[in-house]
Amino acid sequence: MLENYFPVLIFILVGLAFGCVPIVLGRLAGPHRPDAEKLSPYECGFEPFEDARIKFDVRYYLIAILFILFDLEIAFLFPWATILKEIAATEGLRLFGFFEMMVFLGILLIGYIWVWKKGALEWE
Amino acid sequence: MSDMQTLYLMVPLAPLAGAILAGLFGKTIGRAGSHVVTILGVAIAFVLSIVIYQDVQAGNTFNGTIYTWATSGNLKLEVGFLIDQLTVMMMLVVSFVSLMVHVYTIGYMHDDPGYQRFFSYISLFTFSMLMLVMSNNFLQLFFGWEAVGLVSYLLIGFWYTRPTAIYANMKAFLVNRVGDFGFLLGIGLVAANTGSLNYAEVFAQADQLAAKSIELFPGSPWLLITVICICLFIGAMGKSAQVPLHVWLPDSMEGPTPISALIHAATMVTAGIFMVARMSPLFELSDTALSFVLVIGATTALFMGFLGIIQNDIKRVVAYSTLSQLGYMTVALGVSAYSAAVFHLMTHAFFKALLFLGAGSVIIGMHHDQDMRNMGGLWKYMPITWITSLFGSLALIGFPFLSGFYSKDSIIEAVHFSHIPGAGYAYFCVIAGVFVTAFYSFRMYFLVFHGKERFGQPHDGHHDHHGDHEDEEVSHDHHHGLAPGQKPHESPWVVTVPLVLLAIPSVIIGFMTIEPMLMGEWFKGVIHMSEAHPVMEELASEFHGPVAMALHGFTTLPFMLAMAGVVIAWFFYMIAPGIPAAIQRIFKPIYLLLENKYFFDRFNEIFIAGGARLLGKGLWKGGDGMLIDGVAVNGTAALVGKVSRLSRLIQTGHIYQYAFVMIIGVFLLLTFWFTG
Amino acid sequence: MNFVVPNFAPAYAELFVAAMGVVILLVAVFLKQSARPFAYLASLATLLGAAFITWYTMDGQVSYTFGNMYIDDLMGDVLKLMVYFAMAVTLLYSRGYLTDRKMDRPEYFVLATFATLGMMVMISANHLLTVYVGLEMLSLSLYALVAFDRDSARSTEAAMKYFVLGALASGLLLYGMSMVYGATGSLELSGIAQAIYHQAGNRTVLLFGLVFLMAGIAFKLGVVPFHMWVPDVYHGAPTAVTLLISTAPKLAAFAMTMRLLVNGLFELADQWQAMLMFLAIGSIVLGNIAAVAQSNIKRMLAYSGISHMGFMLLGLLSGVVDGDSRLALNAYGSAMFYAVVYVLMSLAAFGMVILLSRAGFEAENIDDFKGLNKRSPWFAAMMMFVMFSMAGVPFFVGFFAKLAVLQAAVAAGYVWLAVLAVMMSLIGAFYYLRVVKVMYFDDPLDASPISASADLKLVLSANGLAIAVFGLMPSQLIESCVAALAGSF
Repeated sequence: MLENYFPVLIFILVGLAFGCVPIVLGRLAGPHRPDAEKLSPYECGFEPFEDARIKFDVRYYLIAILFILFDLEIAFLFPWATILKEIAATEGLRLFGFFEMMVFLGILLIGYIWVWKKGALEWE
Repeated sequence: MSDMQTLYLMVPLAPLAGAILAGLFGKTIGRAGSHVVTILGVAIAFVLSIVIYQDVQAGNTFNGTIYTWATSGNLKLEVGFLIDQLTVMMMLVVSFVSLMVHVYTIGYMHDDPGYQRFFSYISLFTFSMLMLVMSNNFLQLFFGWEAVGLVSYLLIGFWYTRPTAIYANMKAFLVNRVGDFGFLLGIGLVAANTGSLNYAEVFAQADQLAAKSIELFPGSPWLLITVICICLFIGAMGKSAQVPLHVWLPDSMEGPTPISALIHAATMVTAGIFMVARMSPLFELSDTALSFVLVIGATTALFMGFLGIIQNDIKRVVAYSTLSQLGYMTVALGVSAYSAAVFHLMTHAFFKALLFLGAGSVIIGMHHDQDMRNMGGLWKYMPITWITSLFGSLALIGFPFLSGFYSKDSIIEAVHFSHIPGAGYAYFCVIAGVFVTAFYSFRMYFLVFHGKERFGQPHDGHHDHHGDHEDEEVSHDHHHGLAPGQKPHESPWVVTVPLVLLAIPSVIIGFMTIEPMLMGEWFKGVIHMSEAHPVMEELASEFHGPVAMALHGFTTLPFMLAMAGVVIAWFFYMIAPGIPAAIQRIFKPIYLLLENKYFFDRFNEIFIAGGARLLGKGLWKGGDGMLIDGVAVNGTAALVGKVSRLSRLIQTGHIYQYAFVMIIGVFLLLTFWFTG
Repeated sequence: MNFVVPNFAPAYAELFVAAMGVVILLVAVFLKQSARPFAYLASLATLLGAAFITWYTMDGQVSYTFGNMYIDDLMGDVLKLMVYFAMAVTLLYSRGYLTDRKMDRPEYFVLATFATLGMMVMISANHLLTVYVGLEMLSLSLYALVAFDRDSARSTEAAMKYFVLGALASGLLLYGMSMVYGATGSLELSGIAQAIYHQAGNRTVLLFGLVFLMAGIAFKLGVVPFHMWVPDVYHGAPTAVTLLISTAPKLAAFAMTMRLLVNGLFELADQWQAMLMFLAIGSIVLGNIAAVAQSNIKRMLAYSGISHMGFMLLGLLSGVVDGDSRLALNAYGSAMFYAVVYVLMSLAAFGMVILLSRAGFEAENIDDFKGLNKRSPWFAAMMMFVMFSMAGVPFFVGFFAKLAVLQAAVAAGYVWLAVLAVMMSLIGAFYYLRVVKVMYFDDPLDASPISASADLKLVLSANGLAIAVFGLMPSQLIESCVAALAGSF
């Protein structure tokens, strides 16, 4: 029973190694000359140390929500993809499975068109 | 539908048609048109009632459905008539008094801008009252019950620009809701336990009801029939103004006087009495309920009489007298003398309507001044009013040969014969009540019709005397009074004719009908009396004809007491007016108690209305101590207060607290399950 | 694995509404400003079409589809018809209000259409997940609608509260569903019922789940102590949205309660009836008492709604007595009747608030009803009908609704509960009559005559009259409720 999960273990280990090894290598191999700017956690435009309760632009959230929405759409495609062949093999259901997913995507597409038309995707 | 059924149907519908015509098309048909159609409608009802009366006398009673309104499961909601001796008597009384009041109104409301509206209302009232008495089922009874209540509400507030009138009609409405609540519960219990709302079907199952018991609160079984009867009687207490639900009736005098006569004296307020008499097969099965009825009635009869003694507003004296007399009827119900109660109901309807209309006539003569201290010596100016009022007063105090004597004496005797718990107390109350009744009636009579003429003078010191301040403002508000030097004069014929027509039955109806109605078999099969309460039989065995009864009446204690009352009233108010004032000074505390009507209003205002206001307006901070102190007196109000306070504390607008409440709710549901 | 094409027939109405919702969304976004009425008319047409489909496919048979996730029965069909009706009236009342406030964006109507779809799914759910999907579809639409007046701080605050608390309630509901699934091994309601009947599963877990399901249901019904959102949301939302929230979704919530408790967990009736009693008492008491203190009519109606839902629960909790379910049909019928009547009254009440509002003026205080009789005797009478009916004055339809549930409670032996409910409704009569009093006895604050479009006036009058007319012949309505339920047992 448990041996079935062995590949998963391998996967986890490889993943960990993939994350850790470059950091360790870089620390060992590279020169080490820190300054204030380099030591700050992020360098993407925000002041790292200030009041946490700042106003975020609502557009960040909008984009984030839209991203999650269409990201989840992909999640639905995977289980569908695994059984699509089986459905197609069933008598009388040749294209049913295909069109079912197309309807789903179509509904999302209409949402996408609406969002686009409403200007939610434009930053300014 | 047979011919008779058509007749039955026409009795309530004729006044209804009049009401609709006068109400909706009042402007088109004009003032005269309005009173013609409504009087015609009521006159038709009266004439048909006579026809039906003769038919019933010939032995043709009727019990049947006219229209099925709705069916819910096994429960049928129907409109139906039960025409028997009791019904037909009520129909006659209602339609006759109503007819008299209609005619009288032409004179009384002559200058009022709401003339058509008034006629429409009183006809509508007649319709509702007839539907109530003719009903053969609880639902229609309840419909009539609420409809007369509604019209009463509208009429008390007829002069709706007067704030006190609005206050009074609100009060009447709210107090009656308390009664209706009991009544509706009673009907609900009947329907739930018998599956029917029809009288006959319910009465047929009365014995089964008597065998059942019910747990109102877990662990304390009550006899079902007792609960039903007490619930129904609570309804009667509201409508027939029994202590402690009487508080609305004196205030209802804000309405025009014809209304006081028709609704608040002769008919509507007796609906409770009628209902209990109708339900006699149920009430007879519960001694507990009968004792309850008896004690409430006795208390009302005596203690409301006391209040009549200190009133100065002529209508209020009559109002308290009505309360007291309703108490007498209730007492009769309590001792199973249903026929005596109904008999008194009938005689009372005539003489009390007479007294009210007489008072109204005086008020017209005095140009709408109702304060008796401004009257006196009116007999010279208003002879017809004077004589008829004298007859009315004599009937009221039970002077032998007059109608009131027969009915009241029968009640007193019936109480005497009764042995149910509370009968001793009731006997004392009704006997003492006789004296009180005579005293206040003749105090009023002497103050109004005899003695010095006190009208036409500037009324100094009008403000500083006792009495309810709000009521005083009313009489000012609508107060015209006689100008100095002006003399009152007799009212027009539309006013005096009804007085005379009402005086006749007030004098003779008791003499004429006591033998068949009370002692004979008129109500046999209609009113049920169990063998455990044989008061009527004992009464009948002592009865040797109306003349003998009246002659015997001269030698009895009630007669002595009544005469004592009359004489003392004469002495106090005609000979030595200083004495009442002195008594008033000496017995200050008792006087204060009476003046404040036993503090019932104050009690209600502080504990009930005040409590509600406290909750409602969020004055709980100030009222906190009082509410908590009042737990013993009014635990409900305190509980309500706490919940309200809690709810206000919770509804803060903070979302985390809302979420917290939900979590608490989940925990409550959880503990609720895991502990239970 | 076996694949079959599901039978779409029982869900034609849902498919139609879904398709129309999408179409309206797409078309409206490309239309010019001047073509605004399109969304309104199209959503009304959608409701009408759905009503046709439901009406013509209503055969009294129970049919399942989508792998038993979906049920089509008479109760569902009747409730759906009522939902279409309530939504159509809501849209009709709302239009003028929205136009006056420049809020008549097509999204309002699209969201209303999707909310309708959510309700339909809830009503026809035969599976815990279907219940949840329908519930979320409805709720998400409502959250957005509450915030529809984007620039109003009150409106957005209300939406925020509604959303956060709604999410919490959804969480509780899902937690309860997972417990029930864990205990019975089924998500399908009839499967759950079977499992419990055969004493399968861990009873403690099952009851634990029941408690959480109950929390979710109570939130949706808005009963104490899960009512906290109701006053704030009713108050904060634009009146047109309050109207929507307080009407049709109550029918869906009733259906959800029926599906979960009666179809799924009937064997646990003793337990959930006790819980419902707790909720009902709380709602009737608190709703009536707190309403007395309100000066804002929307808040007052919110508390009144809480107490009305408590009354409806009286019917639901009287079905089973000591394991005997003979009374159940009548009891649940009375509850359904109550829900339908409440929706009818609530439509008219909020319709009146909308009627008195104008551009730039919200008639949301009780004082705004002062002297209505002088401004418009007819609508004062209509409002009086509504208030009388809500207070339970005979012979308005509200009286029969109260009577029906009280009868059910008494028949089940809960006399004390009926007494309590009647006492509380007496307190309730006070605040309803206060509205009548200010309409008839006070002077108007603003004597201008009522200005509203003819269709609003007409439908509102019909609505008010219906309350009076059904009061004269309530039995047909009661009987059709009982008959609708009879098929589902």
